[in-house]
Amino acid sequence: MKIRNQTDFASGLLYIIVGTCAAYIASGYTMGTPGNMGTGFFPFWLGVFLVAIGVVICALSVLSGAAKEKMSSWNWKSLLWVAVSLLAFALLFEAAGMVLSIFALVFISSLASSEFRWKGAIANACVLNVICYAAFVRLLNIPLRVWPGLWF
Amino acid sequence: MDLLQNLATGLAAALTLQNLIYCFVGCFLGTLIGVLPGLGPVATIAMLLPATYTLAPTPALIMLAGIYYGSQYGGSTTAILINIPGESSSVVTAIDGYQMARRGRAGVALFTAGIGSFIAGCIGVLILASFAVPLAEVAFEFGPTEYASLMILGLVGATVLSSGSLLKAIGMVVIGLLLGLVGTDVNGAPRYSFDIDELSDGIGFVAVAMGVFGVAEIIRNLEKEETRETFLGKVTNMWPTREDTRRMVPAILRGTAVGAFFGVLPGAGAAIASFSSYAMEKKISKYPDEFGHGAIEGVAGPESANNAATQTAFIPLLTLGIPTSATMAMMLGAMTIHDIQPGPQVMVTDPALFWGLIVSMWLGNLILIILNLPLIGIWVKLLMVPYRVLYPAILVFCAIGVYTVSTSDFDIYLVCLFGVVGYLFSKLKCELAPLLLGLILGPLMEENFRRALLLSDGNFSVFLTRPISLVLLVITGIFLLSILVPEFRKKREKAFVEV
Repeated sequence: MKIRNQTDFASGLLYIIVGTCAAYIASGYTMGTPGNMGTGFFPFWLGVFLVAIGVVICALSVLSGAAKEKMSSWNWKSLLWVAVSLLAFALLFEAAGMVLSIFALVFISSLASSEFRWKGAIANACVLNVICYAAFVRLLNIPLRVWPGLWF
Repeated sequence: MDLLQNLATGLAAALTLQNLIYCFVGCFLGTLIGVLPGLGPVATIAMLLPATYTLAPTPALIMLAGIYYGSQYGGSTTAILINIPGESSSVVTAIDGYQMARRGRAGVALFTAGIGSFIAGCIGVLILASFAVPLAEVAFEFGPTEYASLMILGLVGATVLSSGSLLKAIGMVVIGLLLGLVGTDVNGAPRYSFDIDELSDGIGFVAVAMGVFGVAEIIRNLEKEETRETFLGKVTNMWPTREDTRRMVPAILRGTAVGAFFGVLPGAGAAIASFSSYAMEKKISKYPDEFGHGAIEGVAGPESANNAATQTAFIPLLTLGIPTSATMAMMLGAMTIHDIQPGPQVMVTDPALFWGLIVSMWLGNLILIILNLPLIGIWVKLLMVPYRVLYPAILVFCAIGVYTVSTSDFDIYLVCLFGVVGYLFSKLKCELAPLLLGLILGPLMEENFRRALLLSDGNFSVFLTRPISLVLLVITGIFLLSILVPEFRKKREKAFVEV
């Protein structure tokens, strides 16, 4: 068996996995009957349906008539830095406040670009801090921790 | 006449100074964010939603509608000036609009897009207003059975008329529905929440939309080397010549008609509308050779069509409570945040809000055209900001914005997670719009299913024995079968390849 359409095969596989998990977890909830659906009824059948779709997609992707398609390559560097920058922001935001977390987010996410420059990132973070302070804190009056120990 | 009276109600509501200001602010912010490359209306609405929280429902919705139109218009601006369509519906605008810009006619192209959208918007609002009442009357007859069938129709229609593989799109709807069920079910039992407190209220659609349409898009954009050919010349003359006017007016009217029709259909209404309009203009034009080299009809037609379509797309949302596209799903979610459940009852319980919103859409179009004449210089400057400066800013606004939705850092983690998930799905060529549609409709759909089957004692045939429900399911069936017809399939593929 040769997988002709790799992207389709992979997505079919993903659907099967997600569907199986969803149906398995749902089967642990009260199922009920169609006339009196329990917590698990609707998600269970959705999961089963998803598995069915996944199986069909996988099957079609190995048929001889399927269009040939390779998985396109991943941009791991950008993915990683963008994801890490958001994680850092989330970790810092409530504890250390807006100013520091914006600096962290801008620095780390800027590493994702091939044109990273220290000065540019510092300037960008400063400007964004001013804008966010003006917009969220002053204009919209949203209670945020701006600096460690300092709430507005 | 009722229609006039209704519009008068709306005008009275929309024309208060406060609402006018919010309409203006919405249009301004929407255009501002919409102009940023790679941010379509869905991400724009998600990012700006927090700005409306503190408002009363009517001004909030008016501002949201402004944001929506603004982001649409911003998309056309980037299409014309830098050949990067902000969203799928302005893809065809880029073809001739950018050519016009290269010939020093950027101003005329922008004006044409603006005036075309305005005229289409005016007509679209009239259509919306005249269909709203009769359709809402039909909707009052709907019980849970009909609503469940209607949602199936909406979801299936959205996948059939979208690009890419139908099966994969349906799979994405199902994943969306499952995500929508996370939290607590109607009886208060936890479901898929894994004892995480923050999940017991469900997954916030704002976080998902920001993740899959904002963060994932940034990662994808970073993949491509920055080869933006920015139109650096000055936008000078905005006024069309007499010849331009003669050619663009009929194109605008034709585009409006095409757009109004496609807008009501579920799925990528606006994109299909603008494509069809472009194809039509090219076919009937006396100057077919000019297309692709800066034909003004190529801007006027599609821009009018997509605006008319965005207008009429509100018909199913406002009268039936069913969103037909990811953008409309965002509007539905936004309304729910303000405790408004769209549907026929809104018109009766809160006519000022309903008609005020409709009239404010028209005002929004008017404001946009006034706004964009003097402000075009700002948008052009904004376009020159390099991407390495822009994307960290977008991330910052998303992160703080989503935090303000729930005042919990949990949602920031969700944005991050769904950014990665969105990137994975885009690599697998799975469409993300059906996911968002499913997410927002999930709980609603389960509830209607549950009630329909409760009333029928678990008898599934109820969906086929109730006439309205049967009709809806038959239409769904026709939609699904149409994909098997080679003629239609070819057209559908061609539509998206050419666009």
